[in-house]
Amino acid sequence: MAPEVTKVHPLIVRIAHWLNVLAVLIMISSGWRIYNSDPLFAFSFPDQVTLGGWLAGALQWHFAAMWLFVVNGLIYVVYGILSGHFRRKLLPVSPLGVLRDIGSALRGKLAHDDLTVYNAAQRAAYLVLILLLIVLVLTGLVLWKPVQFYWYGQFIGDYEGARLLHFFAMAGVGFIVVVHVLMVVLVPRTFPSMFTGRIRRSA
Amino acid sequence: MKKIMGSSFQKYRTPEVARMERRLFLKQGLSLGALAMLTGCAVTEEEGVQKVLSRMSGWNDDAQALLFNPNRLAPEFPESRITNPFPFNAYYSEEEVVDVDGGAYKLELGGMIKERKPWTLPELYALPQVSQITRHICVEGWSAIGKWSGVRFSDFLQRVGADTTAKYVGFQCSDDYSTSIDMATALHPQTLLTFKFADQILPPKYGFPMKLRMPTKLGFKNPKHIAVIFITNEYPGGYWEDKGYNWFSGS
Repeated sequence: MAPEVTKVHPLIVRIAHWLNVLAVLIMISSGWRIYNSDPLFAFSFPDQVTLGGWLAGALQWHFAAMWLFVVNGLIYVVYGILSGHFRRKLLPVSPLGVLRDIGSALRGKLAHDDLTVYNAAQRAAYLVLILLLIVLVLTGLVLWKPVQFYWYGQFIGDYEGARLLHFFAMAGVGFIVVVHVLMVVLVPRTFPSMFTGRIRRSA
Repeated sequence: MKKIMGSSFQKYRTPEVARMERRLFLKQGLSLGALAMLTGCAVTEEEGVQKVLSRMSGWNDDAQALLFNPNRLAPEFPESRITNPFPFNAYYSEEEVVDVDGGAYKLELGGMIKERKPWTLPELYALPQVSQITRHICVEGWSAIGKWSGVRFSDFLQRVGADTTAKYVGFQCSDDYSTSIDMATALHPQTLLTFKFADQILPPKYGFPMKLRMPTKLGFKNPKHIAVIFITNEYPGGYWEDKGYNWFSGS
């Protein structure tokens, strides 16, 4: 019996995904260089994995790529809400279901029978990722323009508070990205689908 | 800008050296740029990349000018929040701070200004002054709160008959530093030509005899040891701006 091929990722989601990969790579690697010029904590990022070469170069990359990151992200979020993509793919998500799925994933027993439906752990991860990226934009705006955005910056600890939140949101994104890539390695047939938009429903 | 600028190699940083550095940093930058290429973005030509980044920085100048609300005030703080000691920052180390002779000092004015007579310190000190306790944010990321006192820059510009329809106000400093700002920020009510830090005459390390204090701009845009103020429509650039730091650098 030929495996059933089905549509999984709409074109706009695929384009937004890969543009976001590019934007987030630039934002994080240049952001690490900016961090290194005045580290918040007792460590720095190795210069070899940072972008920009020195502070001014890193800032140029960061403030150039932010436009790609924000415009692409806005298109994705507006599409996700209006088209019902988020509702269909990411909801509902219950804390219990997430815990159960993480448990079975850790035991290597998480089912992937139907790759067109996200399991609870996936839904939670993608939702948290989207939220963290929004937090990065909002805290980033306070860092970029602490006076102009003080009207809400004052509620997140002003400039210094935004600095901490920006860092931790980056760390959260980094963690989810690592797990996400690891999962793709473990279930490799999901990878081409992010280009073609099609996938075999079952293994 | 405490760390990068403290080192004495700055003395040898000729334009040629600066160009070499720029090429080096781009080469390093490309290791990740190469990663970006995986997604089809052709990051191959260093000069081309720098051109795009510089153009984006110019676009960001325009975006910041649009975002800048001339009536929006930077938050002010109580005395208890003042950072002590307030960090020293310049493109050179603290031992190299310039020693300006206050008795012989004259502030020179140039460009699109009606009354260009130089100002002595007693004349400047006689102007009506205000104080502010605001946050200084360094382009490196750190911030510190300090108290500055001086004359409202918009009052001063008005008094000397500056053409406030011009685009730029430029500054040349006794420590060979230079910078320039947009007219909207120059006229902002919290932009002060300051003579005092923490209620004391500015010590040399904080910019004697005067520093332009703008809580709506990053630290490096706030010139110290000002010797010349000029009004112009020609983009004047500045010490760090010419090396790649964003010109507007507003807060």
